[in-house]
Amino acid sequence: MALLEVSDLHVEFEVHGGWVQAVRGASFNVNEGETLAIVGESGCGKTVSVQSIMGLIQTPPGRITRGTAKLRGQNILGGQTADGREIRGVDIAMIFQDPMSSLNPTMTIGAQIAEPLIVHRGYSYRDAMRRAQELLEMTLIPDAASRAKEYPFEFSGGMLQRAMIAMAIACEPSVLIADEPTTALDVTIQSQILDLLVDLQGKNNMAIVLITHDLGVVAKIANDVAVMYAGEIVEHGSADDIFYRSAHPYTVGLKSAMPTNRPGSEQRLAPIAGVPPDLFDAPPGCGYAPRCPYAMDVCESTPPLDFGVGHEHQSRCWLHHEDCPQPAAEIHRA
Amino acid sequence: MSQPLIDIRNLTKHFQRGHQKIRAVDDVSLSIGIGEIVGLVGESGSGKSTLGRTLLGLDRKTSGEIFFKGSALPTVYRTGDFRRYARSMQMIFQDPYSSLNPRMTAGEIIGEALRLHSDFNKADIATRVEEWLVKVGLSIDHWGRYPHEFSGGQRQRIGIARALILEPEFVVCDEPISALDVSVQAQVVDLLAELKRSLSLTLLFIAHDLSMVRYVSDRMAVMYLGSLVEVGRSDRVFFDPKHPYTRLLIGSNPEPDPEQERSRERVSSIGEIPSQVDIPAGCRFANRCPHAMDVCHQVNPALQVVNAEADERLIACHLYP
Repeated sequence: MALLEVSDLHVEFEVHGGWVQAVRGASFNVNEGETLAIVGESGCGKTVSVQSIMGLIQTPPGRITRGTAKLRGQNILGGQTADGREIRGVDIAMIFQDPMSSLNPTMTIGAQIAEPLIVHRGYSYRDAMRRAQELLEMTLIPDAASRAKEYPFEFSGGMLQRAMIAMAIACEPSVLIADEPTTALDVTIQSQILDLLVDLQGKNNMAIVLITHDLGVVAKIANDVAVMYAGEIVEHGSADDIFYRSAHPYTVGLKSAMPTNRPGSEQRLAPIAGVPPDLFDAPPGCGYAPRCPYAMDVCESTPPLDFGVGHEHQSRCWLHHEDCPQPAAEIHRA
Repeated sequence: MSQPLIDIRNLTKHFQRGHQKIRAVDDVSLSIGIGEIVGLVGESGSGKSTLGRTLLGLDRKTSGEIFFKGSALPTVYRTGDFRRYARSMQMIFQDPYSSLNPRMTAGEIIGEALRLHSDFNKADIATRVEEWLVKVGLSIDHWGRYPHEFSGGQRQRIGIARALILEPEFVVCDEPISALDVSVQAQVVDLLAELKRSLSLTLLFIAHDLSMVRYVSDRMAVMYLGSLVEVGRSDRVFFDPKHPYTRLLIGSNPEPDPEQERSRERVSSIGEIPSQVDIPAGCRFANRCPHAMDVCHQVNPALQVVNAEADERLIACHLYP
């Protein structure tokens, strides 16, 4: 059994005059000590999916209409277990994209890291502050003792992200959700932060759910990958499956839209034409059909099912159906 | 190289903030040939955007000279100067959200430059605007729509049409794709490459995405804390970086290829880019450099052609005499 199992998650938001179907049936799971990357373009529902697990969806306007999220078999959707025990910050912690606006500007860094320890673990203020300093050292902040007394504005972006990681791992969560943790950072700092996450994962055996749109970051640290498009997970598999045996046309399209740097390769970028669908008026069939070079009539009318295309490798696309006239293998040759 | 289109000599731009002097661009020299795409890369705060803005007179240079087709550009742009140079030099901005006037329609935004800088009449302007809407992949129906009705990628197309409608010779693209999704980035890059070919444009392409810069540009210039540390042919710089900072930058750039990532050695980068206020005395990179020697902390290395290099590589580092 996987540590965290999310199945058939549906989330919608009320907007002026109707409902936006932000997440339309997302299922994924993560094992202990492993990293799952959720990739996709902006607006495809990556962040909303993990916010629902954390109970961070504001209701109204949002509501979770269907689905479960199970941590060690227990449903935690909405941020609590059935008996009301808080899981936020204890079993599952989250780090956010923009560290500058996610930290409290009026509290010292040390006090912010100490807070979850005092709230969830019953530490005294003094013990919590001591632990906060240790955590800052663990996240490789130089001069941690004096840094703990500083305020967020005195930290650089990279340091703030480290402080946020320190805060997230304070209660030793079993799952760490990282929502675009390095998108706002420069590449050299990004690589420091990713190395740090991998090291901490090795020490605590945490599962990491990493949300990103950068396939380079995925290749660097993910074991498994879920590709999300228009509120659905369209492909789910190991990192090697996704990069070397991609099955869904969207995954194939994403890969050919990015430059690779194999020496001597004369690659032409192939953009994906068009834009993602408006989920206010979600299409009846496959969300990718209007942009898909392989779209058939059935794609526009009927939502595709998940097809197994390898060991623990699924693709939500009609091309894999046994009655499909054009062999799915052709995608790879294209 | 024949006469360069843009020749930058010892360009310096300092900003004064209170008592502090921010050395955003410090003694940069670079020439850009006609029809060439030069990619400018570096971390945030390295002065890339300031360099681009100073080239076009959007920021007033502190010292140094910029030659455009052999003639020096003014230090202080007066009304007539912008009018004169706007026809030949334009800029595409990073943020397609804040760089378009929300109260003007797409057609008005694109046509404004023609209205100001050409003697076309209304009908002619309208035809050209329609032409350009199509050229950048929008449709004529988009004419009367306001910026908020467009997606990020579409807005960036409006920004491109606005910059290119005067058919300038030189365009500074300041992170034109950073705010866009991967699938849309490729659309915009291909559009730029195609327009570059058909209009024989010269581009300064500022970006922090190294793979994209390698893909787009002929030459790559690496900037660190206000000065250039390495300049050379994009492929050569990317696959055979010499300057320790370039090596760090390229070593930190994750490849969308798990096998390559697994076999990659960890680059140990220490510290972060220092503030532009107290720039170290010697080499700017010395405090983060794994190869720093005594001389690096005392003498600032000059950007010079490295011997034994067929590709005219320029490097500012004491390791390469």
